[in-house]
Amino acid sequence: MRSYLEFEKPWADLQGKVQELKAISETGDAAAIGDEIGRLEAKAAHLLSEIYSKLTPWQRTQVARHQDRPHFLDYTKALIDEFTPLAGDRKFAEDAAIMAGLGRFRGRPVAVVGHEKGSDTESRIRHNFGSARPEGYRKATRLMEMADRFDLPVIALVDTAGAYPGIDAEERGQAEAIARSTETSLGLGVPNVAVIIGEGGSGGAIAIAAANRVYMLQHAIYSVSSPEAASSILWHDASHAQEAATNMKITSDDLLRLKVVDAIIEEPVGGAHREPEAVIRATGDTIDAALRELDGASREDIRRMRREKFLAIGRTL
Amino acid sequence: MSWFNKIVPPGIRFGDRKKRDTPENLWVKIPETGEMVFHRDLVTNDFVVPGSGFHMRMTAAHRLRHFFDGGVWDNVALPDVPPDPLRFRDERRYTDRVRDARAKTGLEDSVAVGTGTVEELPMVAAVQDFDFMGGTLGMAAGEAVIKGLQTACHLRRPFVMFTASGGARMQEGILSLMQMPRTTIAVQQLREAGLPYIVVLTHPTFGGVTASYAMLGDIHIAEPGALIGFTGPRVIENTIREKLPEGFQRAEYLRDHGMVDLVVHRHQLRPTIARICRILMKVEAPAAAAPVPALADLSQETAPPESLPIAAE
Repeated sequence: MRSYLEFEKPWADLQGKVQELKAISETGDAAAIGDEIGRLEAKAAHLLSEIYSKLTPWQRTQVARHQDRPHFLDYTKALIDEFTPLAGDRKFAEDAAIMAGLGRFRGRPVAVVGHEKGSDTESRIRHNFGSARPEGYRKATRLMEMADRFDLPVIALVDTAGAYPGIDAEERGQAEAIARSTETSLGLGVPNVAVIIGEGGSGGAIAIAAANRVYMLQHAIYSVSSPEAASSILWHDASHAQEAATNMKITSDDLLRLKVVDAIIEEPVGGAHREPEAVIRATGDTIDAALRELDGASREDIRRMRREKFLAIGRTL
Repeated sequence: MSWFNKIVPPGIRFGDRKKRDTPENLWVKIPETGEMVFHRDLVTNDFVVPGSGFHMRMTAAHRLRHFFDGGVWDNVALPDVPPDPLRFRDERRYTDRVRDARAKTGLEDSVAVGTGTVEELPMVAAVQDFDFMGGTLGMAAGEAVIKGLQTACHLRRPFVMFTASGGARMQEGILSLMQMPRTTIAVQQLREAGLPYIVVLTHPTFGGVTASYAMLGDIHIAEPGALIGFTGPRVIENTIREKLPEGFQRAEYLRDHGMVDLVVHRHQLRPTIARICRILMKVEAPAAAAPVPALADLSQETAPPESLPIAAE
């Protein structure tokens, strides 16, 4: 059973009618009803594309957070052969909110890191809804350092509402863990490519997204804080999240215009969750092209180009 | 010419108590401790409450004056940035908030950068002023921190960063977040140049500031009692619906959890930083260097050393 977002209701109603007619057609005059079904299905498709052609930033936030949206493990399953997830920061614990591992991407040995939100109640709890503690960032740091030593490009898939805000996370240096992970990303002599596949929330996202190339799925969001948090900071209550989402400029179009992301990966009408295979393949193509562009660059050049890219952000608006 | 130079021409010393503007009989109530303090006593004591030792926030100007020898420093010119890149508006226009903050503080934005000497050792220091929109990290502040670090590289001096910030500046959205990797690059450049990076965490330091340049120092010093963390205590409390432990996110808590090297009383900051930088820079101590207090005493009140300028305004 697919779940519908509130703004998809007119489309969902039409789909409901199609289902009803299909049920009737099995018992009654199949030919006449068949025409009607075809007509309604075309209308529904048209309506959906119309809805998705003018999503508000808040609606995009809901698409970016859709429970059926493909997550980290869907990407690694489809894109990474021999994927071997590795656990632990070697200091304190394993944190499954960030997954990290080795594998082969289209024949090329790589390291992969990213946030995993989970896909059902049990796995969401195990992955802490993609909100990492310091151990998650320290595991990412460990893996990136290893990739650097073995000359493996790093692929980062970003999908988090933000780092976990808890006593234990603070106690063990959440801020330091994020800072160190960002620093490690920026210091890599191997190419890294980051893709915001869902939510890119705050420091918890940038920790693994300081990359040579940064891409964003069409309906993903990338922001300095969640719209809810921004609302409570700026308006002193959470009821202005929609306004915050709009004013903070968090959509892929905005971020491309602000030159924070290098390109947008298109999603099918109705969002990535309707055709996950196509979106994942397109993401793979984009990553592949980026890594090919960076092939042959020296370690110094890779580091220098990454630095220049980030230092240029905001200077040429 | 910036406002600092207008009112504080290089070479002017701040030892003259007669020049202060505040009436001598002005009493200040310290909200955090409830104490009533003579304003003059606060100023002469570098905004440490004489009775309780409570460390109040300092403006950027007071901080630089307190830090550098003789209260003398040169301002580093800071890059201009595009104003209001997102055309942001919450309850008020962002441009109005910036204009008010400028009027209130006399600063262009939340970070000021100065060069001078500390116990005769040349240094570059940057200060975040919490009075300027909560010391938030936007494009201007990010560029200022980068400029400070790069100036230190260029002059081959240690860099001292006094942090005080609520975190990212929401009104600049993603461009604020981008200051985390951008400042981190400048920290890496300082490190590659082999120069010391000393972070002084002052009350309060949170969010994207802590999660970038504030936690990447060679040495992390915190002022006593300063609140330091990634997520603010109120947000944590609201998320987990639990009472926070005593002393949570205080300077001493961070030291006990391995995130801070030293908790240092404001009166001991100058000699401590100078001593560390001399060792890291392999420079001999000057004959007149302050006596070295026992390590355990660093966070305690001591008589200000002779070389400490008495700020008076």
